[in-house]
Amino acid sequence: MTRSTLFMTAVSVLAFGLAAGQASAQERVVNVYNWSDYIDESILADFTKETGIKVVYDVFDSNEILETKLLAGGTGYDVVVPTGTFLARQIQAGVFQKLDKSKLPNISNMWDKIEARTDKYDPGNQYSINYMWGTTGIGYNKAKVKEALGTDQIDSWDVVFKPENIAKLADCGVYMLDAPAEMIPAALNWLGKNPDSKTAEDIEAAQAALEAIRPSIRKFHSSEYINALANGDICLAVGWSGDVFQARDRAAEAKQGVEIAYSIPKEGAQMWFDQMAIPADAPHVAEAHEFLNYIMKPEVIAKASNYVFYANGNKASQKLLDQAVIGDPAVYPDEATTDKLFTTTPPDNKEQRLMTRAWTRVVTGQ
Amino acid sequence: MQKLLSAIASRLVIIVPYAWLLIFFLIPFLIVFKISLSTSAISMPPYTPAFEGIGTWLESARKFTVDNYVWITEDALYAKAYLSSVIIAAVSTVLTLLLGFPLAYGMARAPQSIRPTLLMLVILPFWTSFLIRVYAWIGILKPEGLLNQFLLWTGVISEPLQILNTHTAIFIGIVYSYLPFMVLPIYSTLEKMDYSLIEAAQDLGCPPITAFWKITLPLAIPGILAGCLLVFIPAVGEFVIPDLLGGSRTLMIGKTLWSEFFNNRDWPLASAVAIILLLLLVVPIVLFQNAQARAQEAGK
Repeated sequence: MTRSTLFMTAVSVLAFGLAAGQASAQERVVNVYNWSDYIDESILADFTKETGIKVVYDVFDSNEILETKLLAGGTGYDVVVPTGTFLARQIQAGVFQKLDKSKLPNISNMWDKIEARTDKYDPGNQYSINYMWGTTGIGYNKAKVKEALGTDQIDSWDVVFKPENIAKLADCGVYMLDAPAEMIPAALNWLGKNPDSKTAEDIEAAQAALEAIRPSIRKFHSSEYINALANGDICLAVGWSGDVFQARDRAAEAKQGVEIAYSIPKEGAQMWFDQMAIPADAPHVAEAHEFLNYIMKPEVIAKASNYVFYANGNKASQKLLDQAVIGDPAVYPDEATTDKLFTTTPPDNKEQRLMTRAWTRVVTGQ
Repeated sequence: MQKLLSAIASRLVIIVPYAWLLIFFLIPFLIVFKISLSTSAISMPPYTPAFEGIGTWLESARKFTVDNYVWITEDALYAKAYLSSVIIAAVSTVLTLLLGFPLAYGMARAPQSIRPTLLMLVILPFWTSFLIRVYAWIGILKPEGLLNQFLLWTGVISEPLQILNTHTAIFIGIVYSYLPFMVLPIYSTLEKMDYSLIEAAQDLGCPPITAFWKITLPLAIPGILAGCLLVFIPAVGEFVIPDLLGGSRTLMIGKTLWSEFFNNRDWPLASAVAIILLLLLVVPIVLFQNAQARAQEAGK
């Protein structure tokens, strides 16, 4: 490259950079970081049409990844969607800014019952709004389970936690969430203990219960079970409600005769809440508020729920939901089931280490 | 003037690799080392004392602690993870060598005209993303995968083998992914070898197998060593292959590091684990360099 072409290149790069800088000053943008497979993408296009704000949409598949990015700071995201327990700790660490509720008139559509529960993670719901909520239960392949157990109705954690039961399913494949914050409370609940307990002896008891069924678990993973269930590779997975419904839909689309069902066991299950919040260092705070306000429109969030099969925290949206969503007790559990759902609080650093250590022992068999 | 310029240029040539090492190795290493001496906290970033510039170095240095290193020595989990990583990496390295050497040997003995094509074929897989190639192995190894379907069809087995999510799958993954790193250095040493040595040995009545052991193999040793290190070192810290192909029972240091960093949010402890891993890997590199230096001495 001769000196003059080098010079020309430098000039044109500079000119281009200036032009791009000007364009971005005029264009309004909101950077959203949400869970994968968690929205009807037409909602984003509609938002841009209505407000002129461009949505840059990016996805993650674990709270841990999101949290690590947030704690490192400078993510450039304007709206993120952590789960309640993680949100609580992140608020403590100073990750988020308080919402300006004067810019969120649609907040009146929210469901007081859900707000009362999320208050535990975000006191006064000052930092976040609920996007979706769901449960952690049992997803299974009806035909394969019937073959192994003689019934295709699972209604109790006994199927998972009694070693003699789960051993019958070991050959056709059992997956479990690789998440101590989900599995230790589930084990404690089955043992009849407080699922939110974090004492050393309770965690040890949960560890023992999980170790007893360890030989029958093929893999611990928090997202692979969607495909594994849908393809018929496994017959049971302990997983998140909406993920199992996605597996059910994919299996139905594939028409290979795989039929997936989801159960909230009668002993109860963990209830979780995915909350939308704005990072303290978000570059587009005004746009982020507009986005949150848009999401709280009843027709918008109803469209999202109809698409992802998760329940939302928006009371006004309920009359707009498909019967397959609002009428399905696995998505919107009835009063009696809801009473048995439990929530957990975030562990402190020492408790977290205790839980992760117990979990590593279970998972690796060491 | 010309002379001065060339003198500056030759200085620059020496400085570049050192600057590279300083910027991309030493400085990050010091940052990680500093974090490993901190304590985890609920804050941004999640440890204390945070790095606030050179000026506060001395002050924060007073708050440093070696607790993380003590913790690692006290809990057997870490020793087990290091050990099992080293074993998995060592076994994979031997398997890669067993497969890679004949490949490299065949390539080096092939007619000159087709060697570039063969070399191209070895490098070709790099044109596809590493991640996609590992994902492809899931499709091959899973119970309903291509391999099992083929074996069932030929009648070799009567029911699918559970290969995915076992140690076997990890070995297959590592051997497959790292094979070119073994083949290329061995090929380059074998290609430079003078085959008249073998002919001379055979003329003197040496059987081909003995000639191989006594001439080819010793001459290929620098390539074998380089290949083994290129496979062994990244395999010890491997995370993607055990995570995707391995079962949950596989304890490897890459996974332990991940869970400390992401699940426990314990950046200081994760940093300490990484520092120890680095030390574990530096030892074989130093040994290798010594061996090479000695080989060069002997060559002279």
